[in-house]
Amino acid sequence: MSVSRLAAVVAVVGLAWGSAGTAQAYTVYISNEKGNSLTVIDSDTLEVQTTIPVGQRPRGIMLTKDDSQVLICASDSDTVQVLDVASHEIVADLPSGPDPELLNIHPSGNPVYVANEDDDLLTVIDLKTRERLAEVEVGVEPEGVGISPDGKVVVVTSETTNMAHFIDSQTYEITDNVLVGQRPRFAEFTADGTQLWVTAEVAGNVTVIDAKTRKIIKTIGFNVPGVQPEYIQPVGVRVSKDGTKAFVALGPANRVAVIDAKTFEVEDYLLVGKRVWQLAFTPDQKLLFATNGNSNDVSVIDVPRLKVIKSIATGTAPWGVTISKN
Amino acid sequence: MEQVPVDGDAVAALRGLVASGHRFVLVDAPAETLLRLSDSVKGQDVLLFNVRAPEVNLRQEDCRANVLHTAPDLAMLADGLAQYLVWKRWQRWFVVSGVYPEDRAFLAALRRSAKRFGATIVEEREYKETPGARRSDSGQQLIQLQMPVFTQGAPDYDVLVVADRKEVFGPYLPYRTWDPRPVAGTAGLTAMSWHPAHEQWGATQMQNRFQRFAKRFMWPVDYQAWVAVRAIGEAASRTGSGDFAAINDYLRGDKFDLAAFKGQKVTFRKWDGQMRQPIIIAGPDLPVSTSPQAGFLHEHAEVDTLGIDAPESKCKF
Repeated sequence: MSVSRLAAVVAVVGLAWGSAGTAQAYTVYISNEKGNSLTVIDSDTLEVQTTIPVGQRPRGIMLTKDDSQVLICASDSDTVQVLDVASHEIVADLPSGPDPELLNIHPSGNPVYVANEDDDLLTVIDLKTRERLAEVEVGVEPEGVGISPDGKVVVVTSETTNMAHFIDSQTYEITDNVLVGQRPRFAEFTADGTQLWVTAEVAGNVTVIDAKTRKIIKTIGFNVPGVQPEYIQPVGVRVSKDGTKAFVALGPANRVAVIDAKTFEVEDYLLVGKRVWQLAFTPDQKLLFATNGNSNDVSVIDVPRLKVIKSIATGTAPWGVTISKN
Repeated sequence: MEQVPVDGDAVAALRGLVASGHRFVLVDAPAETLLRLSDSVKGQDVLLFNVRAPEVNLRQEDCRANVLHTAPDLAMLADGLAQYLVWKRWQRWFVVSGVYPEDRAFLAALRRSAKRFGATIVEEREYKETPGARRSDSGQQLIQLQMPVFTQGAPDYDVLVVADRKEVFGPYLPYRTWDPRPVAGTAGLTAMSWHPAHEQWGATQMQNRFQRFAKRFMWPVDYQAWVAVRAIGEAASRTGSGDFAAINDYLRGDKFDLAAFKGQKVTFRKWDGQMRQPIIIAGPDLPVSTSPQAGFLHEHAEVDTLGIDAPESKCKF
């Protein structure tokens, strides 16, 4: 019995290794909110390569479009740090304003949009000159920043006003406010630009908004067997490039929800680590990394098979994740 | 805002507010005053928010249909504390209490909590000394002798739980008990709706906003008032209405939920108008935990393990 079970486990691990091994090797960067560091993981071997000390309370992180730098919201250092990928050195600080939490980058590679949670502002920064281009007043406690694929619209979610604010990226004017669920934390446009997905942590739902009409198409709820509703707290959301699947990190429900992005039906709940925060696909969309803030690890999800294939220990309280093409 | 002195006419003040078009009124007053105010506007389009009074009877036999309570009651506070003490395996309690009705009310809540969550009260002892001057030239030396003697000779216990809401003697107990034991209740480790050092679930931003606004720390009654205003605002923005009936119905309905920096939504209990909310367990400087604690299960929502649950409710609107 025990021998055959062991054999089965080995077989599964072998398979997982195989599918990951055939993929191209990417570099995965994880921000450790309490560890004040980035954990760097090889997506092929799924091993930690190194840990880089950074500023205080790093949360939202994102690679620049050319993959040469990682921008890090160091919330308690009140700055966005610029990490050089080649040297692993912090080469600059961007004038983000206080308490930056999440950021996003214009599809052209510049500028950078940073949500300042404590000041109710969206700060726009030129990545080349490192100068502040604009500050846009938004709702209370802005957090999620989404950008339409054509770069024309920036969306900020404010956690206490419970709105998604649509901002014209040229004029910096707010053109629409859409009331969503309690404590919206993350906004993601679909790759075709037709929809915006917004997670609401305290409401426990995801709102899908028509990007053109700014009307709500669907509010998606979750029901995890054996988990009380108050523990279902969606944070990160990613929609696959082909528009078929969406993945939602459910926080202390310790699950990643799998949604049919066409019908909006929840298809499955994948068990991951404790308090899952953010998600990122590898560039080939074959793997999805999920950061588990309370179990100090990341879960690696095999996207085609919808299976969690490995947990990798990180620094303390992993939060953000971004993945390089290299 | 209307301020009324202790012996003033609160009912007249409320009448004035209602006459000038106010429909949602936050009441920061003792329980008896709250009841008088509630009865004075019975049947009118007025909703009161109890942001201060923790008395259990306001949610039980004396409950009122036109009152919502954002202040947790003594039962919720005692339950939150009891769950933490039991989780910590400090299950043998030596309970000392003052002589005032407020103290006896908290003592009753502690007894109920001990029974619900599996703690044992090994002895109850009353502190009968009438309070003298709080300050005197030899005060500290005197107290240093009084408190050990008062707590001497108790059966084996894990934690001293004190019910002294007027803070006559309770604050003197930590570090002065005969046996070296932690102190909880109204002194030492305390249950509350909010603590100035509570930082989880985005609370840091709330604390910063409050400190910028008020130039001081945010305390439970501040939170209880804020969450009442926030609830009204939420109902108005969700219904897109300034209409009393629309807002009142939404607040009490199934669609209402509110993010309130407690890690889960807060809502109002239908059976007694009490806001269900996690309770912070804190020492003087820092929060220690938040209840409900893991492992105390409930059929519907774990936060309803705190306070008076539907089957025990004596409230009839």
